[in-house]
Parts: sequence; structure tokens; C-alpha cells
Amino acid sequence: MTSVPYEQPPSREGPGRRLSRFFYRHPRLSLALLLAVPLGWLVVAYLGSLVVLLLASVWNTDPFTSEVVHTYTFDNFRRLFDEPVYRDVAWRTIKMAAFVTVADAILAFPIAYYMARVASPRTRNLLVVAVLMPLWASYLVKAYAWRTILSGAGVLNWALGPLGVSFDGYSTTGLWLVFTYLWLPFMILPVYAGLERIPPSLLEASADLGGKSLRTFFRVTLPLTFPAVVAGSIFTFSLTLGDYIAPKLITSQQFIGTVIYDNHGTNLPVAAAFTLVPIVVMVVYLLVARRLHAFEAL
Amino acid sequence: MVESRLTRVFLRLGAGLTLAFIYLPLVLIALYAFNASVTQSWPIDTYTTKWVTAAYHDDGVRQALWLSVRAALGATFVALVLGTLTSLAVSRFEFFGRDAISLVVILPIALPGIITGLALRTTYTTVGIDFGLLTIIIGHATFCIVVVYNNSLARLRRVAGSLEQASYDLGADAWQTFRFVTFPQMRTALLAGGLLAFALSWDEVVVTIFTAGAQQTLPIWIFANLFRPVEQPVVNVVALFVIVMSLIPVWIAQKVTAERPGAVRGAGTAAEASEDEGPEALAQPQDS
Repeated sequence: MTSVPYEQPPSREGPGRRLSRFFYRHPRLSLALLLAVPLGWLVVAYLGSLVVLLLASVWNTDPFTSEVVHTYTFDNFRRLFDEPVYRDVAWRTIKMAAFVTVADAILAFPIAYYMARVASPRTRNLLVVAVLMPLWASYLVKAYAWRTILSGAGVLNWALGPLGVSFDGYSTTGLWLVFTYLWLPFMILPVYAGLERIPPSLLEASADLGGKSLRTFFRVTLPLTFPAVVAGSIFTFSLTLGDYIAPKLITSQQFIGTVIYDNHGTNLPVAAAFTLVPIVVMVVYLLVARRLHAFEAL
Repeated sequence: MVESRLTRVFLRLGAGLTLAFIYLPLVLIALYAFNASVTQSWPIDTYTTKWVTAAYHDDGVRQALWLSVRAALGATFVALVLGTLTSLAVSRFEFFGRDAISLVVILPIALPGIITGLALRTTYTTVGIDFGLLTIIIGHATFCIVVVYNNSLARLRRVAGSLEQASYDLGADAWQTFRFVTFPQMRTALLAGGLLAFALSWDEVVVTIFTAGAQQTLPIWIFANLFRPVEQPVVNVVALFVIVMSLIPVWIAQKVTAERPGAVRGAGTAAEASEDEGPEALAQPQDS
């Protein structure tokens, strides 16, 4: 038996293969090429814009033409501090965000608990989709739907009519209801995920040790789900803080978002300075959330 | 099952009520679109399709629709390219600042939309860019990248990089490897990401108001007309149309990535690929 001599195949290496090998040997270069365009876009278009916004907050406006003048001043911030109206608006918005967050957390629990611990896997999957889908449905349209629901001749007052009650929907309470509705799915999903992560054995152990349902819930389930609630609250809080569409549709009251929106054409520097309120509040909120281990629950 | 029978009954009831709360406004939008009366009172007396016809022939609506479609397609295209490139870099390379990239990608939807919108608008006017389709697309693409990135990254983490190595060993070049090995595995994830990006762009209003100038996308058209009583019936029809057209892509995206129900990874959905990420994997829509 003679062994067939191995013949080196003729090198038919095309340019594509050569190029590929070049990049394979220079991973840094490949990485740079991959990231150049997307990072360039995000850094220039987005982060660059944020820097311009921050700059705009220390610009001036010409008192006569209300044209933006590119000279630097901290008057805009002084104005935000000195004029009580801005403080009131900021405080009102933060309070609204807090109340919306609490309402969403309370509303999220029954359905999230049902999904995580009671429903069959099939029902659970259906419910996840059912909660997820409306989250993508146009938020403007949903806010608009609430405008018709809350009107004097709307569904809500029609339903309350027989009880002899009427509800002024175009009020702060009405807006609270609308915000609670709009951001509810953002709370349900993390709370559901948080509940699902609790090992059932823990709840069984609590029951074995004599913990009644409610006691188990408040002493075991709730503490373990708390980071997930905080995770969901990041959205309910942040979204309420910056919104201007729902307030415009529902009330005539001013919120941080509506002040920024109303001023951006006439006094851009003040509007830009006011955006720092939600930014600073959210940064503080995120730092606290991180301490509460909310990021692991996302 | 630790929960008592009574508890479970209450939970079922609570879940049902919450679902009703979530869906009732959407059902009402659908009903009002066919309300014969110009006034928005409840209950609705007679139903008609005449406002559908009116909306169909409305010039303002048509122009807004056309602009919305172009903006959404443009933003989806840019987001697909940029999101895919970023996800390939993050999943197949290790480098300094990799975690920071996820943060930069998520930031445009993590910060309130009004900040993104005003920041872009200030930049456009300062630099001297005229408002137009392009300025809308820049804004939309910026916050749509994250949904493509999240979907694509989650998929790339699940498919082993060794398959690509094998492809190289067998003599394929980088393009062939991408075309015949990487891309087929990413296809449904990219489709889902693209559909979600389309849905996100299609009904966005918070940022768009700041970046559209005098033009109207469909949501801006709704916002501009909803305070005018005479336009109310047409607004209702357009509202229903917008919501249906945003749910269809999301529904398909859900279907094509259905290995794991609820795994549509977008803005605001709890993440499955979050082992080594912080809040990046999450964050919303913002809608906004």
C-alpha cells in the first residue's frame, strides 16, 4: 500500500479572504470600524445635543426681540430659584410622580402575583403579551382616549351618574388617573419578574412555620419584591416628571414638562435651565435606586 | 400552592379588573371612531363609517401619513444598521468601556423625551439645520437604536461565536461568514428589532414635536387637531388607525421571537439578557 502523497492545493485565496484575515489579525481595527458609525452618531447627534442644551441653559435672551444671545449668565437659574412659580411647578410635578408611582405599585401587585404564582404557564404567557402590547400602543392616543373618558359627557360620568356622583375629570386627580393608567405596564412587568424569581420553597417555609397568607406576603414576598418595585418606579417616576402631552390634554395646570414646552419658543434658556430639574431628580433617584438593588431587578 | 383558594379567587378577580382597566380605553377608541355624532358623548347613539371615508379623503391626514411612513422607514433603516453594528461589537469583542456603550444606547429613551427633543431642537437651530424629514429621522433613529440593539444582542449572546470561528476555519471570508452563518441566526431578532423600531417611531410624539418644525407626522396631526371640536370625528378615526398600525408590527415581532413568550425586547420590557447589564437592558418608550 503506497501512501498517496499529499498535494498542497494551489493557493486560491481571493481578496475577500485576504482582507478577512487582515481584520482577524487586527481585532482592534475591526472593532473600531464596527463602532465608528454608531458611536459617532450617538456621541455627535445625541450627547452633543445634550451638551448644547446645557450650554443653552446659561445663554441669554435679548429682552426686546427675545432672540437667544450667546453670552453666559446664571440668571436663568436664579430666576428658577427666586420665582416661586417655578418651585411650585417643580414640587407639584414631583408630588404627582410620587402619587402615580404609589398607585401603580399597588395596582401592579394583584395581576403580577396572579401571573407569577397562580396562572398556568399558558395563561401566564398570554397575560405577559396582553400587558406588553398596550405598552407599545401610541401613548398620545391613550391619553386622548382618557380625555374623552373624563369629559363631562364621557364614560366615567355616565357610569357615576346613577350613583348621583359627578367627577371633574379635567383636574389634578383626573391627570393622576391618566398617568397611573399610562405607566401601569411599566410597573407590572418588573414586579411580575421579581415575583417569579422568589423561590416557592421560601413561601412554603413561611407557611410551614405558621405564617398566614397576609403575614407571609408582608414579611417574605413584599421585602423580596421591593427592588423590583423600585425598578418599575424608575419608569413611572421619570415618565411623569418629563411629560407635557397628558397635562396639556387633561388639565390647565402647569407641570415641569408644560413649562418647558411653553417656554421653548419664547425663552429657550429658561426652558433649557428647567430641564435640569428632571435630570437632577432622576440622577438622584437612580443613585438611590441603585443602593436599593433595583438595577439587579430590571 | 401556598395561596389559599380565597386568595386565588381574589387574585384572579384583581388580574381581570386590571386587564379591563388597561384595555377599556383602547376599546373606547375603537368605538368612538365609528361614532356618527360630532360630539363625544357616551353612550354612542348611532354608528357610521362616514368618518373613515372623511379621514381617507382628508389631505392633511394623507400628508401626515406619508411623512410618518417615510420617517418611520428611515429611522428603522438607520436603527437597524447602527444597532446591528453596535451589538456585533459588544457581543464579539472585549474592550474598555463596553458597559458604557449600553448606557449611551439606552440614554435616549431613559431620559424623559422632552429633554431629548429640546436638546435636538436647540442643536438644529444653533447649528442651522433646517427642519425636515431628516431632522425627524435623526431624532427617531437615536431612540430606536436601542430596540434593535437589545434584540440583536440577546440573540448574539445565545448563538455561539465558535460557529463563526468554524466558518473562518473552513475558508469563508468575513462577508461569507456574516452572510451564511451570523445573519441567518440573527434574522428573526433583526426582524423583531426592526418592527419594534418602526412601531416606536410611528407613534412617537414627544420628541417629534420638537424636531418636525412646521411639518406634521400623524401623531402631531392628532395633537394639533384634537382640541378642535369640528375635527374630533376624524381625529378619532386617525387615532384608531395609529394604534392598530403600531400594534401590528409589535404583534408580528412577538410572534417571530416566540421561542420565549414576552421576549420582545424593547424599551421597557424586562430583560432576559441582563446577566451582566444594569438598567441598560430595560428602559422605555417613551413612549416616550
